[in-house]
Amino acid sequence: METLVTILAGVLVTVATYLLLSKNLIRVIIGTAILTHAAHLIIMVVSGLKTGSVPIVGEGDPVDPLPQALILTSIVIGFAVTAVSLVLAYRTYQEVGTDKLDELRGDPDE
Amino acid sequence: MSTLVLAIFIPFLAAALIPFLYKYLKNIHVGWFVILVPTGLFIYLASLIPTISSGEAIVQTMNWIPSYGIDITAYLDGLSLTFALLISGVGALVILYSIYYLSSKEPIGTFYTYLMLFMGAMLGVVMSDNMLVLYVFWELTSISSFLLIAFWYQRKRSREGAKKSLIITVSGGISMLVGFIMVGTMANTWSIREVIANVSAISEHALFIPAMLLVLLGAFTKSAQFPFHIWLPDAMEAPTPVSAYLHSATMVKAGIYLVARFTPVFGGEAVWFWAVTGVGIFTLFWGSFNAVRQTDLKALLAYSTISQLGMIMSMFGMGSAALHLGYSNESMVYTGATFAALFHLVNHSTFKGALFMVVGVVDHSVGTRDIRRLGGLITLMPITFTIGTIGSMSMAGLPPFNGFLSKEMFFVSTLEITEASFFGLGTWGIIIPIIAWVASVFTFVYSTIFVVKTFLGPYKEEKLEHPAHEPKPGMLVSPIVLGLLVIAFFFMPNVVGNHLITPAMSGIFPTFAAGGADFGTYIHAWHGFEPELFMTIGVVLFGVFLYFTRKYWSGVYNLFPEKRSINVFYGFVLDQIEDKSTVVTNKYMTRYLRDYMVYIFAFFILVIGGTFILTGAYRFTLPENAPVSGFEWFVVLAMAVAAITILFAKSRLTAIVLNSILGFGIVILFVLFRAPDLALTQTIIEAVTTVLFLVAYYFLPEMEKEDAPKKQKSVNLLIAIGVGVVFTAVALGVQGNKVFDTISTFFENSYELAGGKNMVNAILGDFRAFDTMLEVVVLLIAGIGVYTMIRVKAKKESDQVEDK
Repeated sequence: METLVTILAGVLVTVATYLLLSKNLIRVIIGTAILTHAAHLIIMVVSGLKTGSVPIVGEGDPVDPLPQALILTSIVIGFAVTAVSLVLAYRTYQEVGTDKLDELRGDPDE
Repeated sequence: MSTLVLAIFIPFLAAALIPFLYKYLKNIHVGWFVILVPTGLFIYLASLIPTISSGEAIVQTMNWIPSYGIDITAYLDGLSLTFALLISGVGALVILYSIYYLSSKEPIGTFYTYLMLFMGAMLGVVMSDNMLVLYVFWELTSISSFLLIAFWYQRKRSREGAKKSLIITVSGGISMLVGFIMVGTMANTWSIREVIANVSAISEHALFIPAMLLVLLGAFTKSAQFPFHIWLPDAMEAPTPVSAYLHSATMVKAGIYLVARFTPVFGGEAVWFWAVTGVGIFTLFWGSFNAVRQTDLKALLAYSTISQLGMIMSMFGMGSAALHLGYSNESMVYTGATFAALFHLVNHSTFKGALFMVVGVVDHSVGTRDIRRLGGLITLMPITFTIGTIGSMSMAGLPPFNGFLSKEMFFVSTLEITEASFFGLGTWGIIIPIIAWVASVFTFVYSTIFVVKTFLGPYKEEKLEHPAHEPKPGMLVSPIVLGLLVIAFFFMPNVVGNHLITPAMSGIFPTFAAGGADFGTYIHAWHGFEPELFMTIGVVLFGVFLYFTRKYWSGVYNLFPEKRSINVFYGFVLDQIEDKSTVVTNKYMTRYLRDYMVYIFAFFILVIGGTFILTGAYRFTLPENAPVSGFEWFVVLAMAVAAITILFAKSRLTAIVLNSILGFGIVILFVLFRAPDLALTQTIIEAVTTVLFLVAYYFLPEMEKEDAPKKQKSVNLLIAIGVGVVFTAVALGVQGNKVFDTISTFFENSYELAGGKNMVNAILGDFRAFDTMLEVVVLLIAGIGVYTMIRVKAKKESDQVEDK
């Protein structure tokens, strides 16, 4: 299972990288979101998968709770990042009239 | 803290206080408070003269970075004391002068802050025993000089002069630092005293000569030696008190101090002798030659300063020959040059300081310092004229002024060095007195021009901004004091000689002092009809001749016009560096996010992947896998397919639906991985994110197909795959090599410790509550950011301001 999920995370990272390199702002933002997913998976994997019961006292030998706490924080922060990026894209489009990164370079003399 | 170290830091403290004094004391010129600092320091330092002149040195240490052997050690011997007295003494006079020179309407708070910064740094340079501390103070003097030259920053020339001086002196400073590090590594200490004590251990080292040359580069740039002298004339854009203080009396002598301080280390080597003497003597000639054709009085004085600094430098070079021979009666002859150098150093500060102040007075009074517009001021400004004449005659080396004494001693030294038989002096030595004599003739000519063109001849009021008049008496106090010193040193030279210069000599020739040498040179004004007297007479006769026939010589003076000068070369090099680096920078700084991402990812692949391949450190053992059920296979494969399909999604709606599939796939995995809290949170967040995307789509244009060039696309693909592979490799490698036990067993007592049965909640709400609180702060900031970006629009006016 661990190896399988690791490879899945690798696929996600590949896709995310490719999206980050594109020139459309929306694709870049989706890329960051997918990168977050990959990071969460890999944190889970490193602590070992399905090694016990849910991390609640009295439910038997639990799995490692620490990665879960870290990921919980990360999910919320990831959401904040996505929200800010989206609004930034929206305002950029409103002000400049394009969502293409290569058109956002501006004038070299400025 | 010890008093001597405190003396270095008092000016810095004053610099910090001046802005407040300036702000709250509107009625009094802030200079009256500032002047207390150098006056107090001067009195304190003067009280140490008896101790120092008895041959002792004061050492006080304050720890700074003891683990690296870097401590602020204040070391005061005769050499340091001579400089320190000049810094505080001339400093006090200059500040007194500046009180009348700069009106309260100028930003004098800033001016005095910079000036105090400089004073502290300069005291630090001459009193530091630690080379690295010395370097820090050294660069601080460059920076404060930069700030002071650019004091009238509205002027383009001020800014350019400041930039030039900073570039040249700081590059020299950095090479000096490298030299210091070499010396420090060779001698295994940062203390100059210890280096001097162990000099025999390092003089055979391969780095000895490179270190010497690097240190010399620092000294030459700072002391405006040829060909680095070009910054000094441009530095004359500074207010005149600054020129008098930094660019003639103190800062430019830091290089000379450095040469003097390191003479016991490097002196005695032929390279040192020829580098210091040769550069010095040529600078002496070049400065005086160029000074003759200047029309701006300050430019004339600037070239004159360059020339005089060269003269002092060359005397230190000639004096170092004594160290080559070792202590004996014959070698003592050469130490006379060093004695003369130190004496002239003091003399130069007095007469050149007075001359700069005279120029400032003239400029202040009539509004110009162009000698083509000046003339006939003698009757209108008699006191200024008198001081100017005293300074000029001393500069030209005439009696009864102190310049005569040191000039004669200089001639004696140049004659004596020709009789030496080492360093190839038997063949080449004769050049030295010849150049010295020619340069002295030019010195005489420009000194005459200075006096005659300014004060004699017809008075041309129509060419002046204001009619000439003597300034306020207060402005004349400082030049009068300096002028009187010029005369006093002529009649009582041995007061200076015995109390300051003789002890300074022991610092420069420690091996001689240990051998019981007596440096007490008795300075005579009259020593019979010796060659040096005939040289002076020749200078006067020939100088007068050249002065009166100078219109026939203008072709000679303009042999090296501005367009063939080093200045033009300097400008050319600077422009080229700027142009070329702009071209290179523009090549990779494309202002396109994708390119920057490529750099980051390529770096990641090359460094991490490259390390794995090159070092062969990568170990990979398959972890003990948990079993995979058919359903899990299905989820994972579905996610992988969804992820890859996103790349080919033609519409943004498809893309966001596929992204949701990924998100909810993760939810299912979280459930399988025994993480119910994560699954719940992810469900909510995923739903909200999808809604957010859909809302954003309403305002954004349809996602177009990527129309990037094919080559760019394949590069993107290659990088994406590379990153994915390296990432997977690292992730797999990590799993196989567990080094530490998990710390999570601690949290299994969550009920006892935090009162929560859900461990994840207990961690977030109790064990790491601060972390969670800051996370909430991040969310808050993000929320404010979102709100601001949606609601707040830039005003039209502010747009226009930005455009300007």
